[in-house]
Amino acid sequence: MPELTFIMPSLGADMERGRVGAWRVKAGDRIRRGQVIVDVDTDKGLIDVECFHDAVVQEILVAEGHEVPVGAPIARLQVEGATAATTTATKAAATPTAPFIPPPTPTPVRALSPLPTSALMSADDTARPLASPLAKRRARELGVDLAHVRPGPEGRITAEDVEAAAAWAARATAQTAAQTAAVPTTAVTVTAPPTPAGEAPPKDPKEAMRRAIAASMSRSKRDIPHYYLWQDVDVTDTLAWLKAENARRSLSERLLFAAVLAHAVAQTASAFPECNGTHEGGAHRPSDVVHLGFATSQRGGGLIAPAILNADGKDVGAMMMAINDLVARVRSGGLRGSEMTLGTITLSSLGDTGVDGTLPVIQPPQVAIVGVGRVVDRAIVRAGAIVVRSMVTVSVAADHRVSDGARGARFLIALDKALSTPPASASSSLAADAPPPAEARP
Amino acid sequence: MSTMTYREACKQAIRQCLLEEPRAFMMGEDIGDYGGCYGVTKGLLAEFGPGRIRDAPLAESGFVGAGVGAAMGGMRPIVEIMTCNFALLALDQLINNAATLRHMSGGKVGVPLVVRMATGGGRQLAAQHSHSFEGWFAHVPGLRILVPATVTDARHMLRTALREADPVLLFEHVFLYTMEGELDDTVKAVDIDKAAIRRPGKDLSILTSGNTVWKSLEAATALASDGIDVEVVDLRVLRPLDDETIMASVKKTHRVLVVDEGWRSGGISAELFARVCEQAFDELDAAPMRVCTAEVPIPYPKHLEDAALPQPATIAAAARQVLGRSGRMPRA
Amino acid sequence: MMTDPEIRAHILDAIATVVPSSRGVPLTDDVDLREELELDSMDILRVLVGVKERFGVEVPDADTSKFFRVGSALAWIKTHASSP
Repeated sequence: MPELTFIMPSLGADMERGRVGAWRVKAGDRIRRGQVIVDVDTDKGLIDVECFHDAVVQEILVAEGHEVPVGAPIARLQVEGATAATTTATKAAATPTAPFIPPPTPTPVRALSPLPTSALMSADDTARPLASPLAKRRARELGVDLAHVRPGPEGRITAEDVEAAAAWAARATAQTAAQTAAVPTTAVTVTAPPTPAGEAPPKDPKEAMRRAIAASMSRSKRDIPHYYLWQDVDVTDTLAWLKAENARRSLSERLLFAAVLAHAVAQTASAFPECNGTHEGGAHRPSDVVHLGFATSQRGGGLIAPAILNADGKDVGAMMMAINDLVARVRSGGLRGSEMTLGTITLSSLGDTGVDGTLPVIQPPQVAIVGVGRVVDRAIVRAGAIVVRSMVTVSVAADHRVSDGARGARFLIALDKALSTPPASASSSLAADAPPPAEARP
Repeated sequence: MSTMTYREACKQAIRQCLLEEPRAFMMGEDIGDYGGCYGVTKGLLAEFGPGRIRDAPLAESGFVGAGVGAAMGGMRPIVEIMTCNFALLALDQLINNAATLRHMSGGKVGVPLVVRMATGGGRQLAAQHSHSFEGWFAHVPGLRILVPATVTDARHMLRTALREADPVLLFEHVFLYTMEGELDDTVKAVDIDKAAIRRPGKDLSILTSGNTVWKSLEAATALASDGIDVEVVDLRVLRPLDDETIMASVKKTHRVLVVDEGWRSGGISAELFARVCEQAFDELDAAPMRVCTAEVPIPYPKHLEDAALPQPATIAAAARQVLGRSGRMPRA
Repeated sequence: MMTDPEIRAHILDAIATVVPSSRGVPLTDDVDLREELELDSMDILRVLVGVKERFGVEVPDADTSKFFRVGSALAWIKTHASSP
């Protein structure tokens, strides 16, 4: 039975620290694969973190309320059954049942990013981060653990990287203090930014979220060569289907157009790996499942896009349930680590605001995002006659490092077809334990 | 300020020494009637006469030995060797005698000898006239090694060197003789101890000397247009190295590029790396790099000679690499 | 039998459940809630759930647009609720 160290997970590409909110398990407890074992309070939200092993908790290493850097050991586990190394050789993005378990590393691989992206790390994993001498000295002076510093593009941690990490940590600490015992009302997937050295850490959670969005979107616009395509999609038939479907459904089972959109995007994305996956470390990692980021704006500003996991396996009814559930947890807390990190493509629907369309910004490290405007009746020409149809402008922004316009165009045309054709069927059994959300906006 | 060629500065330096110091005389091949193979001593024979401008036979070991003897006897000889390539013929005199006698005599006998020689490539003089050996000589205790890169240093280093009690070797780069530069008339003397910051910068320190100071400055100008702020340190003195100035620069920029016209293996560039690691290891934010001459005898054809020597473009490319900015941009 | 002000109070309460910050905000009968409170389709759906809880009637999909304004919502409830 191998022993594993459960570490503070990274719940966003640039997250540096997390606070142990509440342990759901104690030493001696037997835990099941997929079970939530700890709530982690990032400075912007409370996230449930799952363990993806059947295991027994040996020891809790970090008490509730204590903040530690990403990658710091927070519990020791004894894994049951086969060794972790042989059961976990799966791609995180492709296998949502084991998203936090890294592939086995028989020897330390120096070239890999030292930033742990997994919550489980083999205890004998001794790969040491590459850091310049100055970075090491600054890390000593600032009390920064180099194991948790993200290196720059050249792969070696520099003093600048350390200082950014220290500034971020200082900011996170200040925020934790400022928030005292307040229960966070929201959580974000956008990445926690390193604060530029010298800048005062923001005290206000709204400002923190703004800054997180700024970091993530700046990174996107800086690193990702976007290209944009758009298409007016005739959704008349789909809306007619939706209307008929809702006429026979009870209020609690009612479908929103957003669910139809999400369903169409998920179905289409599953056939286009260039638009579904991530791009990290110079390489595209296509995903063979679709974890659909669902952009959810906050009233008064702010944005978060947790993922609907395995979205390509859901029909419209199941998608509506998933959206209900997700949006509820956006407001009340309880988003899971996997939902925060595993997104493979995002849907951003601004139709409710009344705009015609949007050219959206990709959420790093994803490689594509679908934007949707309002549904509006337009006079268009069909078979030589002017007819009034319900139209919606659908756009795609995709990563030119991964795909080209011609391929993105095929994706968009396929999405057009999926969206203009009524879904084949939709389940209608709403889970009783998934109430509609309180204050939330899909 | 006045404008002067490097060659003229060398000549004025010699003149000043001969005028000020009655014990000084000059000795070397073709320095008299011919005026020096690079024209530095043109006219000095007429001004100072054959007693003080002495043509020497083609026998480096002989006339350098005579210089050592003259220095031991109380004179202040300035010996010119055509190029440092020919100084190899005089290694015994320079190292076994000039550099060693103070030690061998228990401090009783010094050799206040100054030897000037041309160094470096770039003028299509082929492999037997184009090498850079100043780094080699910097290996030897008892010698002081000077590399004047500017007109001001060419004008004033010799005089300071001539006041030393022990042997000093000056390496004048062949490419610089025709260079014109501003001469600050208010400067009456220079030190032969310190390195000089020729261009202050904050992103990267280029440590270099001689002609590559100018190539490095050209590279720095190109890099500046990309927002890269390079500091160019003119070492000036290769022995003893001015650790203080070098390390202060490293502590400021945290990144080091050494540019040396000598060969890479076992060169002064390696010595600089070693000192930086010994004295400023914790200041380094990137692995140091160096641009040196290709490890071949300097070729004669121009395109091959250019390719063998450090050039502004190769210096700039290496600087970007040290900065990780083949891609990296400074973060906000 | 509820009076109009009572019905209105219940509607505003249902809205405030969805948008807590709207509590105490004066809302006229004809203001578009989607603009005034940034309600989106998911919010409207949630308001309909609140209406069902308070008045016992289920608003059909086709009448959803009546709940974009307080005035038309009030009118709809007076017409459709059996004993508001």
